[in-house]
Amino acid sequence: MTLDELLEVRRAPAARHLLSINDLGREGILEIMHLSDAFAEVSERPIPKVPALRGRTVATVFMEPSTRTRLSFETAAKRLSADTMTFTASTSATVKGESLRDTVETIDAMGIDAMVIRHHASGAPARVTEWIGASVINAGDGTHEHPTQALLDSYTILETLRERRGGEALGDLSGLRIAIVGDIKHSRVARSDVLAFAALGAKVVLVAPPTLMPASLEGWPVEATGDFDAALGELDVVYLLRIQAERLGEVLLPSLDEYHWRYGLTRARASALRKDALIMHPGPMIRGVEISPDVADLPASLVTRQVHNGVVVRMAVLFHLLGSGEI
Amino acid sequence: MPGASTPKTQADLLVRGGTIVDETGERRADVLVSEGRVVAVEPSIEAPRGATVLDAGGCFVSPGLVDLHAHLREPGGEIAETVESGSRAGALGGYTALVAMPNTEPAIDSAAVARDVLALGQKALTEIAVAGAVTVGRRGERLSPMGELAELGVRIFTDDGSGVQNGGLMRRALEYASGLGVVLAEHCEDVQLAAGGQMHEGAWSSRLGIAGQPALAEEVMLSRDLALVALTGTPMHFLHLSTAGSVEMVRAAKAAGLPVTAEVTPHHLALSDAVLQGYDPVFKVKPPLRGVADVTALRAGLTSGVIDAIATDHAPHAPERKEEPFDEAPSGMLGLETALAVAYGALCLAPGQSDEQADSGWVPPGPGPGVPLGELFGWFSWKPARIAGLYEEAEGPLGRRGGQGGPINPGALAHLCVFDPSATWVVDPAAQASRSHNTAWAGRSLTGKVRHSVLAGEVVVLDGKAQR
Repeated sequence: MTLDELLEVRRAPAARHLLSINDLGREGILEIMHLSDAFAEVSERPIPKVPALRGRTVATVFMEPSTRTRLSFETAAKRLSADTMTFTASTSATVKGESLRDTVETIDAMGIDAMVIRHHASGAPARVTEWIGASVINAGDGTHEHPTQALLDSYTILETLRERRGGEALGDLSGLRIAIVGDIKHSRVARSDVLAFAALGAKVVLVAPPTLMPASLEGWPVEATGDFDAALGELDVVYLLRIQAERLGEVLLPSLDEYHWRYGLTRARASALRKDALIMHPGPMIRGVEISPDVADLPASLVTRQVHNGVVVRMAVLFHLLGSGEI
Repeated sequence: MPGASTPKTQADLLVRGGTIVDETGERRADVLVSEGRVVAVEPSIEAPRGATVLDAGGCFVSPGLVDLHAHLREPGGEIAETVESGSRAGALGGYTALVAMPNTEPAIDSAAVARDVLALGQKALTEIAVAGAVTVGRRGERLSPMGELAELGVRIFTDDGSGVQNGGLMRRALEYASGLGVVLAEHCEDVQLAAGGQMHEGAWSSRLGIAGQPALAEEVMLSRDLALVALTGTPMHFLHLSTAGSVEMVRAAKAAGLPVTAEVTPHHLALSDAVLQGYDPVFKVKPPLRGVADVTALRAGLTSGVIDAIATDHAPHAPERKEEPFDEAPSGMLGLETALAVAYGALCLAPGQSDEQADSGWVPPGPGPGVPLGELFGWFSWKPARIAGLYEEAEGPLGRRGGQGGPINPGALAHLCVFDPSATWVVDPAAQASRSHNTAWAGRSLTGKVRHSVLAGEVVVLDGKAQR
């Protein structure tokens, strides 16, 4: 890169990307919530499709396997009439040693409007914005963020509460106390959820053994505790994170049984919750570790609702970044 | 080495109009050089007929800089750097001597490899010294032939790139080296405590979701080594210290009379971990960039005399390696061409002379007023020259060496750096002499630039341009 090009890059106007919940702020999150409402209506139609992004192309680039997130994005794009293309690490040039930069520049050169990227390294989508012209949507990067998950989580809570109230307006999360339980340190979902829930007015409590808490919570709008039982009675929402077996090898946990005993949502803990408390999980859920098998199927569990809402919220995100005018 | 072993018969050289700064102080004087040596230092010298005249107006003329810590990548990493290209980068940065680190492929752990690198150094634009590995292949298992390497003039031994993890082995290495007149240098990083961390563990690593390594990973190994120095009496040098805790430990060790020295890099003096918020691996280094309080402590460590030298840890990497995702990209950044200006900006300018904001990761100068130029050149020249064993002139098996960093007096070898403190320039990675472009200062403006470099009387850099 020549110096002139380098300076040009520094001066270039920001393209519209979604890398972090912080890119949206409270107003942006609320706009996505309202758009999601509109697209939820669309997805109830006999033909759940609108021409909003006709002629636009959305590429999904998944350098880490995640079929459900990829399908959710592709379904969202198709319901907006966008064309889609898919690139997954296992079927592609990366196994031949091609660099991330060459890969994304090649896809960009085919003429795309947005790239949805999942990568095992934190910050990879941020780097991609420096290399390509298309909008970049972070579909989960390492242990950094997973903003669309946080948006669908927020929408799922708002929508459920509205249903209970029997009201019309979505509102926000003011006055709610939400616990996020589990491997906060390695969770991109937790980082995005904290930012989204707090921006919408919720009080967020992080619950984890000290080994699974981030080294520093400086600047995080949260409370933190290692005592799940003491926190239970005041919660409106319990958000459980997946525990990965590899944490045992890193000597962060003695055993999955011990984790379940101290931090799992057992039947006993579920009955200590308030009756109207909601239970959430980003999936895939490991029954018997973070949640008891029978609790996962309680009516309070929103897990299936979360998956359903994934499509409409991702429609809202794509429209927010690429669309113009009427839906 | 080039000029020194066989001073070229050349027309006289006059360095005119500058202010000399060396360990005896500052004085306005011209410097006349003949046959590779300083022959006169007077307030005003008439140029002899046929003499080359170097304009040093407005500049400081110091002994050439000596880098204790340069990764020249040869043999094995020539795609990123060679002894020649690295020495050209060094000359442009005002250096007249570089210590080549041994983490090459193969490592500099035998007389054969050391001789090869020293032979490449004969044609270089700076004097090239080599550091030898402490252990064979830097694997931390068996001692390298330190005695044979010392015979070749190797004065520093280190497994830099990683620390010697086995404390028992480090003890034996220090005991074995005690009669050889050498210094062992440690890259302090306990790999178990570092636990694969890719940046400093703290508020930024937590927010960015990048695995952190705690300050303790450095300090625990430093603590162990200081105890081993107390046990064995063998001198040690501590490479690229990066934490406030390390500065305090070295202060206490020196107060207790232990034979230890320490260095800090320009980037640890100028940047904090906040600069990683864009995930650009150009800022990924070992040890990692730390917090602002550590930066401040390192600056104070220099001015209080706890830290002896500024060393670049010049670590070239081919561009595509630094375009890998953060977790996978290699550690290290270029340093030779920017070191003096970066340190000058961090240490000598006053806080008001910079518009950097500490929360951006570009830590503004201060606190306190800027330090005098004389101190800055001490950290870059005569102090590291002594640690590297290059201060005295000596005749080795491969020719004359050393004579670096001494006062600019008649009779001294003419290793000179001419530095213009008021020049401002924008760092253009493509225009640098290094084969790699991984400079953190790409596109940024720096104050202070090396105008000329003189190696044993040969003008190797003239008006900021390498002459060969």
